[in-house]
Amino acid sequence: MSALRDGADERLETPAAAALRAPPTMRSVVGALLRKELRVELRTFESVPAMSLFSVTTYVLFHFGLQKDTVTGSLASGVLWVTLLFASVLGINRLFVADAEQGGFDGFLLSPADRSALLLAKALALFIYLLALELVAVPAFALLLLGSSLAAAMPGLLVVLALGNLGVAAIGTLVGALAVRTRARDLLGPLLSLPLLVPVVIGCALATTPLFAVPAGGLPLRWLLTLGLYDLVFAVIAFALFDFLLED
Amino acid sequence: MYGKRLRGLALTTCAALTLTLVAVLFWAPNDATEGFLQKIFYVHVPLAIVTLSGFIAGGLMAIQHLRTRDARWDVRSYVAIHISLVFGVGVLITGSIWAKGAWGHWWVWDEPTLVSFLLVMLLYATYQPLRFAIEDPDRQARAASVFAITAGVFVPICFTIVRLSSAYVHPRTLDNISGDLPGRMQVVFWMALASIGLLWLLLWRYEMASKHASAQLRRLRRLLSDDEDDAAPLRRSAAPTMTHAGSAR
Repeated sequence: MSALRDGADERLETPAAAALRAPPTMRSVVGALLRKELRVELRTFESVPAMSLFSVTTYVLFHFGLQKDTVTGSLASGVLWVTLLFASVLGINRLFVADAEQGGFDGFLLSPADRSALLLAKALALFIYLLALELVAVPAFALLLLGSSLAAAMPGLLVVLALGNLGVAAIGTLVGALAVRTRARDLLGPLLSLPLLVPVVIGCALATTPLFAVPAGGLPLRWLLTLGLYDLVFAVIAFALFDFLLED
Repeated sequence: MYGKRLRGLALTTCAALTLTLVAVLFWAPNDATEGFLQKIFYVHVPLAIVTLSGFIAGGLMAIQHLRTRDARWDVRSYVAIHISLVFGVGVLITGSIWAKGAWGHWWVWDEPTLVSFLLVMLLYATYQPLRFAIEDPDRQARAASVFAITAGVFVPICFTIVRLSSAYVHPRTLDNISGDLPGRMQVVFWMALASIGLLWLLLWRYEMASKHASAQLRRLRRLLSDDEDDAAPLRRSAAPTMTHAGSAR
């Protein structure tokens, strides 16, 4: 018995064990959670391939629904953003499902980590999923529907995409956590997130319209600023309220 | 404690509403371009202002709920949002009637106030389904409060962004009140706002009193009967009850 305890004490003295005893830093927790998210996604391919496929299918639907071979200007920007929004709702719906069903929440709550770490990791994961989605969806859009030059629009479009993704990531993570532990999560996720995301669509669509116009225009700074502020407000709200959704 | 002074408030509200109605119909001048139709303004605009204030009040009560963990604040927030939702349907209906009369269409997309109000209503329409989908009362209350705060912040932001997005900027009502409205119209408008505000408050207090009374009744039934089953079991519901809050005291 005493030998065992001695052995345990000795083990606790090693530097690695001492590091384990210290409370984990925010960065290491977020890093670990993010790695886990991405590993799960790489093993199951649950979200990103479905989102990408969905976006391409939606372009086909728009082609027949609008009865147009190419679109430009406000129509192009609307088709792109509505498609990206619906595709991202798919990702938002899946974001917390594994944690709710397979005990991920319980495991996380048992650990001494700060709860905001989960919010940050999930939002980062969603942001990365959205980037991966856009790697497929934007070239596919240019190939299938866009009537103006994508290369000319690209630098401005990257900025708008980044700001749009930030907004979707902040709102999507909050709404995903809110909806996941309800009975009708597949229904409530989109119902809750779409009205909250309408201002993001307004901002992104209006900022993208001049980029897709046939004599291409510049990026409207007013809309970038509005988008940035909206992202910031909802990031703060998500940060302030997320803890309450994890309590049990 | 919730029923006290309700009769006085009810009588005051009735008197204020009657007086306002008389003033709207007989004292306020007819609008030069829109004529009698413009009178709907005295219902529609105060109703909209009270609805939005009610949503924001619901958000503030939800903050109080999360801070104090007192479930009574959740009930208050629920009742505030519930009544504002009912008022909001009235806003959409009166707004449509006014739009049809003044502009010839039931719905106009380039009127930012209309569009943002619709967005806010679409968001709040999910409040009851969200509550209904969560069975555990504590978790339901917390999720509802998180929603109410998020949506309460969304209200002013949504109005700002939709306003920015529209090319046409119509004169805003409150600008009108301070600037263009002739004296009598202004007086009647403030009367209408006050009486509809009173109506909201009255309904809120009635609902709270009713929730309090049914919780009391339930508790007495429990005490009187040995058999637990005699007190009707709580149904799964979107509406929080005071029973839960009462036991916490």
